[in-house]
Amino acid sequence: MNAQSNDIATYNFAYLDEQTKRMIRRAILKGIAIPGYQVPFASREMPMPYGWGTGGVQVTASIIGPDDVLKVIDQGADDTTNAVSIRAFFKKVAKVAVTTETAKASIIQTRHRIPEHPLNAGQVLVFQVPIPEPLRFLEPRETETRKMHALEEYGLMHVKLYEDIAKHGRIATTYAYPVKVEGRYVTDPSPTPKFDNPKMHRSPALQLFGAGREKRIYAVPPFTDVVSLDFEDHPFEVQTFDQPCALCGAENVYLDEVILDDHGGHMFVCSDTDHCEKRRADGHHGHLAPETHLASEETEPAE
Amino acid sequence: MYVAVKGGEAAIANAHRLLADRRRGDRSVPALRLDQIVEQLALGVDRVMSEGSLYDRELAALAIAQARGDMIEAIFLVRAYRTTLPRFGYTNPVDTGAMQIERRISATYKDLPGGQVLGPTFDYTHRLLDPELAAGAEVETPAQRPAEPEAMPRVSAILAHEGLIEADGEMPLDHVPGDITREPLQFPMARDIRLQALSRGDEGFLLALGYSTQRGYARNHPFVGEVRIGEVELELDVPELPFAVPLGSIRVTECQMVNQFKGSAKAPPQFTRGYGLVFGQSERKAMAMALCDRALRAGELGEDVVAAAQDEEFVISHSDNVQATGFVEHLKLPHYVDFQAELGLVRRMRAEYEARENEDKAEEKREAAE
Repeated sequence: MNAQSNDIATYNFAYLDEQTKRMIRRAILKGIAIPGYQVPFASREMPMPYGWGTGGVQVTASIIGPDDVLKVIDQGADDTTNAVSIRAFFKKVAKVAVTTETAKASIIQTRHRIPEHPLNAGQVLVFQVPIPEPLRFLEPRETETRKMHALEEYGLMHVKLYEDIAKHGRIATTYAYPVKVEGRYVTDPSPTPKFDNPKMHRSPALQLFGAGREKRIYAVPPFTDVVSLDFEDHPFEVQTFDQPCALCGAENVYLDEVILDDHGGHMFVCSDTDHCEKRRADGHHGHLAPETHLASEETEPAE
Repeated sequence: MYVAVKGGEAAIANAHRLLADRRRGDRSVPALRLDQIVEQLALGVDRVMSEGSLYDRELAALAIAQARGDMIEAIFLVRAYRTTLPRFGYTNPVDTGAMQIERRISATYKDLPGGQVLGPTFDYTHRLLDPELAAGAEVETPAQRPAEPEAMPRVSAILAHEGLIEADGEMPLDHVPGDITREPLQFPMARDIRLQALSRGDEGFLLALGYSTQRGYARNHPFVGEVRIGEVELELDVPELPFAVPLGSIRVTECQMVNQFKGSAKAPPQFTRGYGLVFGQSERKAMAMALCDRALRAGELGEDVVAAAQDEEFVISHSDNVQATGFVEHLKLPHYVDFQAELGLVRRMRAEYEARENEDKAEEKREAAE
């Protein structure tokens, strides 16, 4: 896109101008230096709407280089419309290689999931974050919540979790479950199901979080402690499913419920489509797997 | 048999192809040209420039055409383009007192230096649909007065002589104006930052908030000191040159709202001001902005903050329609992973609830039988 002949509008590599990328990289570095701390940054308007991943896209645009291999998922899947759209955006403005394979990606931008396949050192996981402030629904004012973080005043959050237990017998938070990063900042893991929280703990990959509309960036550097908040008598626990994936037979993975008919028929399948397809290509079968053989995933090279 | 649906990419491409078709509409109707939009839908173009924060009529017209007339979508297109443009400097403050006036009215004085000039206004038109316009009737050339030699001082300057109205306010000499497009918003904010946010804020949102102040939610007794519309010169200081370099002129609407103020511990009784300034011709927006600006000065003037319009975090955090529409509309995106998590929880809690109910019923039966 650098040298476009059409003069009414031209765009830089990866859309953002270099000054903006520098500003965002400074925010990212600050975030890495203070794990879990929300760094304000001068978020830009992006060519996709606020709330549709602009924070993640800005982070990705600022760290991506021509040699990177990008994977984009939404709800764990590479083929959901917004993931397709963001992947197409970077193919267009940065001409980078894209893949659906978790292991082959150098940058993975995600919304609402962490891939099932363990991440490695050198990989970067970029989260799209709608509301970065874990205390926001307890205290709507930014001026107040910043003070609470500064003073490490997290009593309100513990009271909320306690009230859950008092009312419902358990902590009734199932996604965006608050974590404490490196023993200091209470942080929002983005609306991933709490199933994925343990994957953040001491992950060898760098985890970056971008909230475009709310203008915040934060980070969890590799091998950082990420502990889900809980109580001694009500320890944190992840979701479990009664049955394995109907297509690949995987257990201990996060499943989506798929409605089959209007008589309550349903099946459970892997939310991580790449993981599911890999397993099926390796010969694993669920009880509802179709007979057809799946082509294994491919990487599209950079242009 | 369920098979994971692939093909999002093709579906998106086809949807956009259909969008292009619907945008063009009936091919036997001539396509709109940008100059037609610029000339004949000028106030729409002005709104897109104003809330898109980019003064370029042609790009605004392109955005309106591309957005099929959806103003917020057009504003969004302009914003997403402007944000990529490098910044090469900041102009000097514009002098609206030296404006080439096309319209200027004051509600506080019957007559004043420079006079009342109605200009091209919808005011006093009878809102009767005009069949002649539909028939494409010829339009008369306007009657125009000779160029006005008389100065048109701003109403705030006239009132200032008596000391009854607060002055323009001073900024420290070394104050560098903020730029909400280059720095993250932080609360509480200085008034220069707040005015920038209001100027690009959603017209409808500010209108409703301004209206709410008139209906008693933080009432501040406003009078339109003045509304003026016209061209102002832009000048840029260039380090190499001893004078400011003129860059051209832009059309703006300025509103100075004059508000009664009984005085507080912080300020004497006087008239206070609310200020509105927007690109192009948009009195509604400039007036609503001035009402909101005045309401948001509650803290500075020692007034109690009792209503939404006075609450800076509330107003400024929600005034940007590009942000608002994005986040509201993102609810269309898939949320099934989170929904699944909630579904699991509700199922579990529901099972426990029903087990408890059944137990209670069994208990009642036993008691009744005894």
